[in-house]
Amino acid sequence: MSSVTAGPEGLLLVLAIFGPILGIPLMLVLGGRHAERIGLVLLPLGLGVAVAIAATVIRRGDALEYALGGWAPPLGVLLRADGLSVAMLLTTAIVIGAAGLYARSDFGVPRGAPEARAPLAFWALLLTVWAGLNAAFVASDLFTLFVALELLTFGAVPLVSLSGRAETLTAALRYLVFALLGSALFLLGVALLYGSYGTLDIALLAERVRVEPAAQVAAALMTVGLLAKTALFPLHIWLPAAHAGAPAAASAVLSGLVVKGSFVLIIRVWVDALPGVATPAAAQVLAALGAAAILVGSVLALRQARLKMLVAYSTVAQIGYLFLAFPLASATQIGTAAWTGGILQAVSHALAKASMFLAAGLIAKAIGHDRIADMGGIGRVLPTTLFAFGLAGFSLMGLPPSGGFVAKWLLLRAAIEGAQWWWALVILSGGILTGAYLFRVLSRALAQSGKTPALLGPVDRRGELLVLGLALLSVLVGLLPLAALSIVHIGRAL
Amino acid sequence: MTLTITTLYGLLGAALVGLGLYGLLVQPHPLRKILAFNVLGGGLFLVFGVVARRGAGAGFPADPVPQAFVITAIVVALAGTALAVAIMLRLFAETGQVTLRPEPPPSDNGKGDDS
Repeated sequence: MSSVTAGPEGLLLVLAIFGPILGIPLMLVLGGRHAERIGLVLLPLGLGVAVAIAATVIRRGDALEYALGGWAPPLGVLLRADGLSVAMLLTTAIVIGAAGLYARSDFGVPRGAPEARAPLAFWALLLTVWAGLNAAFVASDLFTLFVALELLTFGAVPLVSLSGRAETLTAALRYLVFALLGSALFLLGVALLYGSYGTLDIALLAERVRVEPAAQVAAALMTVGLLAKTALFPLHIWLPAAHAGAPAAASAVLSGLVVKGSFVLIIRVWVDALPGVATPAAAQVLAALGAAAILVGSVLALRQARLKMLVAYSTVAQIGYLFLAFPLASATQIGTAAWTGGILQAVSHALAKASMFLAAGLIAKAIGHDRIADMGGIGRVLPTTLFAFGLAGFSLMGLPPSGGFVAKWLLLRAAIEGAQWWWALVILSGGILTGAYLFRVLSRALAQSGKTPALLGPVDRRGELLVLGLALLSVLVGLLPLAALSIVHIGRAL
Repeated sequence: MTLTITTLYGLLGAALVGLGLYGLLVQPHPLRKILAFNVLGGGLFLVFGVVARRGAGAGFPADPVPQAFVITAIVVALAGTALAVAIMLRLFAETGQVTLRPEPPPSDNGKGDDS
């Protein structure tokens, strides 16, 4: 057990969780008219907290820890930010910030207009999701992780059905059923681990755990539960329906961030809490599901009629890449590179996908529909949006120079060096399929012939800048030197 | 091997978890799914109770830590159930029926769904 810092920096971890949470009652008391104002104050503050945590962790070169109330584990609750937490905290603050700013045009309360419920609900849920994510990234015991995951789910599910239409309610209910099943399985695993080893603290568990049936059953239960929440094939069926009717900002958060929360938990369980319990065969199974997700998700994306559904199925495919890191990382020499690739994929996909969902939202708002077949010539009226969409697509395809390229390159190299060439084939064919479905959209949108589609209203310039900013970030992540990327390993035994 | 009280409760918990899991996967009606989730939860809490009993320190009836977990988990399960019931009631108010079985194809009319 490393020493527990009780210094002032440790309080940053508390702020990361309770900052957003404190905003929620404030919004409920002051009402919907002020919800946006409170949100707009909290967004930069939260980003500041994430940057401060990142700076502290990088300066110390070690994880930042804070024991709540001064009670050390196993009795107390320890918050701990390592390199993985830092990468995800920063990504979350950026994407939540962009989604919040974008939503101002959808959920704003015009001066003098009667107050609506939707803005209040949106902002309160956005902050709930943010708090849940931050808690999931800095918690260091499995029970706190469980609570964080539930907070995240209860924030994300109503975001899906914000419009209140019947099909969005069905989608939300289906998502909730999957999520509840997932949390029940996770909790069952937690009970088995506590019964066997008498602790849920990740560091203590890693010391005490033995490779035996109880630990293996617990790991299997927790993994399946988390996969249901991460929407890995074949447990992905709730995800596209959930995106179909969700507001664009909610889709960006859901696809970019919420599913990554449970992915980080799988890393915590497999690598940090139960090292060595998962056999290489189990890692191969996980990656096989990931490979199936890449192929099935991409093919389904190719066949979608609506732009938003195409982007949603693309998420199903891109989630698959995350799980290719598991078997590649178990070969020790290349393990670090594979994890860097996996985590970078999570970050760059979050940025790129948020950009694409917001771009799809802008297009739907501008021309009143998002049918790909009727999008001819939209590049002439929304050039910035389409440029950003293409740029984000670059990162998804894995073309250099972009975050997606470096992520997929690291995975590809690990696959070849680790003599697991079959994953290299999956990565390459996934890239080609991604290129195919993006080409379908872009070739239609950039068509020279045909009439220029009529715009329903003025173009949302602020929205365009946000979309472009996110797309640029997803590309710029790939320009970071490899040494800078290794910060994701600070404080981790990889 | 004699059947101790903790083993008995452990088996009961496992049986409830199995029943709940079966119901959650097989029952098409959302209300039945929600009930199945609660049966599953009941089994889970029982397992936690057994864990608490088995891990009791000398002079204590039970290990308090898993009991604290159970209280939190009950709150979480209650919140989940309440959310699910609320969505279900709203769905009933909108459509007059509640089911998850027939997959209504996502509306392909492509109307601006981003309002």
